[in-house]
Amino acid sequence: MNRFSALLEALLLTPSRNGKLRLMQEYFAAQPDPERGWALAALTGELSFAEAKPNQVRALTAERVDPELLAWSYDFVGDLAETVSLIWPALAPAQAPAPVPSLPEIVETLHRANRADVGDLLAAWLDALDATGRWALLKLVTGSLRIGVSARLAKTALAEWGSVPVDRIEEVWHGLAPPYRPLFDWLEGREPPPDIGDRPNFCPLMLAQPLEDDDLAGLDPALYLAEWKWDGIRVQLAARGGEKRLYSRSGDDIGAAFPDVLAAMPDRVTLDGELLVVRDGEAASFNDLQQRLNRKNASAKMLRDFPAAVRLYDILREGEEDLRPLPFVERRRRLTAWYAGMPRAALDLSPLVPFARWNELRELRDGARERGIEGLMLKRADAPYVAGRPNGPWFKWKRGALTLDTVLMYAQRGHGKRSSFYSDYTFGAWAGDALVPVGKAYSGFTDDELRRLDRWVRNNTVERYGPVREVTPAIVLEIAFDSVHRSTRHKSGVAMRFPRIHRIRWDKPFQEADSLATLEKMLT
Amino acid sequence: MPIAPPRPQSWIMPTPAGLYCEPGDFYLDPQHPAPRAVITHGHGDHARSGNGHVLATVETIAIMQARYGEGAGGALQPLSYDKNLTVGELRVRLMPAGHVLGSAQIVLDYRGSRVVFSGDYKRRPDATCAPFEPQNCDLFITEATFGLPVFRHPPDDQEIDKLLHSLTLFPERCHLVGVYALGKCQRVLALLRRAGYEAPVYLHGQLIALTALYERYGVPLGPVVPITGVPRDALKGRIVLAPPSAAAEPWSRRLPDPLVAQASGWMRVRQRAKASGVELPLVISDHADWDELTQTLDDVAAGEIWVTHGREEALVHYATKKGYHARALALAGYEEDE
Repeated sequence: MNRFSALLEALLLTPSRNGKLRLMQEYFAAQPDPERGWALAALTGELSFAEAKPNQVRALTAERVDPELLAWSYDFVGDLAETVSLIWPALAPAQAPAPVPSLPEIVETLHRANRADVGDLLAAWLDALDATGRWALLKLVTGSLRIGVSARLAKTALAEWGSVPVDRIEEVWHGLAPPYRPLFDWLEGREPPPDIGDRPNFCPLMLAQPLEDDDLAGLDPALYLAEWKWDGIRVQLAARGGEKRLYSRSGDDIGAAFPDVLAAMPDRVTLDGELLVVRDGEAASFNDLQQRLNRKNASAKMLRDFPAAVRLYDILREGEEDLRPLPFVERRRRLTAWYAGMPRAALDLSPLVPFARWNELRELRDGARERGIEGLMLKRADAPYVAGRPNGPWFKWKRGALTLDTVLMYAQRGHGKRSSFYSDYTFGAWAGDALVPVGKAYSGFTDDELRRLDRWVRNNTVERYGPVREVTPAIVLEIAFDSVHRSTRHKSGVAMRFPRIHRIRWDKPFQEADSLATLEKMLT
Repeated sequence: MPIAPPRPQSWIMPTPAGLYCEPGDFYLDPQHPAPRAVITHGHGDHARSGNGHVLATVETIAIMQARYGEGAGGALQPLSYDKNLTVGELRVRLMPAGHVLGSAQIVLDYRGSRVVFSGDYKRRPDATCAPFEPQNCDLFITEATFGLPVFRHPPDDQEIDKLLHSLTLFPERCHLVGVYALGKCQRVLALLRRAGYEAPVYLHGQLIALTALYERYGVPLGPVVPITGVPRDALKGRIVLAPPSAAAEPWSRRLPDPLVAQASGWMRVRQRAKASGVELPLVISDHADWDELTQTLDDVAAGEIWVTHGREEALVHYATKKGYHARALALAGYEEDE
């Protein structure tokens, strides 16, 4: 357990992606099976057992620590797992120290345990572990690591360490179970790739490059097909042998939250599409879809108020056949034919957008915002479906961004390479005589502009709050963003999607920046 | 018939300027310039400039002179550890506090009653200063910077090993360790040497004078190099010591891909380390942790305990439950830094 907890701690504190990858790779290389397999399961969120509730952990601790001291400590530290890990008393020296439990021992014991026994198990382990071990254990048993590592990043570390493309790991991933011994046997060259049999495995997605305006001149419209880019999230539907999966773009199975979509899925097919909330055949806003995202399940009311559906773009497998090597135009024919045979309520077909010249598409794209569509996709008719973001076959041509002139209000230091730069900017819009923060941006500027902004922030600070500085209102930031939505979590009552700094208006008087009312007129 | 000793609070008292000792007519670590001051140690929040007459250890006086020059005080009177100085019926002694070079507890005896003012202190061994010696007393006036049971500092060697392990894991990155200029800087140097690290350590300009002062007072710290003018590439895989704020300053842009570490008792709280952008927290403190604070209360066996600064309420709560008479002074001016 000590190595695993040291890994979790280092991952939490390491800001850079490469640093995190290296830490995980070092761990996979050094640790034996099954420990590294259980660690991989923890990092990818694939562990499930009787979890402990925070209240249970608190009660357990209050049995051993003066409750007032515990309360003051919790106030000071602010995080329960951290407080308990630090305050848990050492055993009296006379008591023989219990052996430090291993990660496999903890996981396998919890798998077998009844919820009622979890408290006693936990207490014995907390006695045997050091502070970092206790912290890692509590993160593990309360079910959320929150150390800034996605499942995809853990798989990337694994792939680089084993010298295979990460997509090969994605393809077999959902056919494997912790502690993944066949996977490690393969990556260490002892065995062939694991045979996962006839399972609805994930086919890593093909992604598009953003289209720049100059790109069109070099492209022959006759070679491309166009379709709408719907404003939802890309998903993959896979069903085989009675098993159904709804995968997110990164290969996470999000099916449990979308029983309405799963119910509509026929067997023995893998489809690519856009997950949307659809009412009477009309796609609702992204904000509506957001009500359904990041949930473990969906209530009956959710299903009724925000009915989900998938609008299909592509077909990747049908029966025994892998269709990915076929040209897009052929896959499209197969998709249409397949769909004609079995139309379903929560599945529909994303239509092709006919065109002869780029200018026709340009007009459609300019009207996309009014129709609530995110833009257009251009796909080469002869291109096979390949994982990743290949150069050339697919382009996304997003609707034009909205822009707003705002005033820089606060700046925060960045992380890693940007830790000596004030690089995260909070900007506001006018509400009467006052500025109200309306968003945050940390991209869209050049290195030179960053240096200049950093210097300006340091010279114009009026107040400091830890790593945050409040600055004199003076700089106008022209913010580009994709859309704006109502939000109860923000003081301004609105939230922007994909805000970035479009231009720094050193020239513009800050009094002439836009108002919150202007932003509210842009609400979708 | 013997006369009962006076109650300590009748001759030593908190005032807005700091603790005042009436029979000696002096202040202890005054927060504002005082005509007469007894100073526990050289940190800026305890040793302020502009006092008239200053009594302290010879090392503390040297530190104050290095920091304040003429402002160190009108008259500077050194007093060695464990030597008596008598002022009328009052006897003053300075005893090691184990905090930084020259740090002292102030032991005051008056008509059979004894008060000990701890200043800042720690109990674990530190090669750069004399170790704390508990003194029995009637009133113990203690700090409580880390006065919560979440603060238990691990062994120093374990923390230094984390730094050395990180150097092997990231040999191309410069390791920037945030340390306070007085005490922590030299302690980290001494710990590195004890762990067998012999390479030169690079120092931020603000750390050089006090490190040289430690050497002059007989604390060997191994080869150190001022960082000014050192080419960027020469710092790859090297240890650089700098004040904790330096990592966030443009100064740090001269370093090759710095990995930010910090040596402080606050690093015990991971989220705090994370929030301050520290990648490698090193829990190395010059203050007593919770166990040392509570152990010290038992060791000095004082009936009355005053807590000057830090997490006073928790330590007062603990002491009261143990049967001591305890109160928080909440003296203004002492800082959370270490």
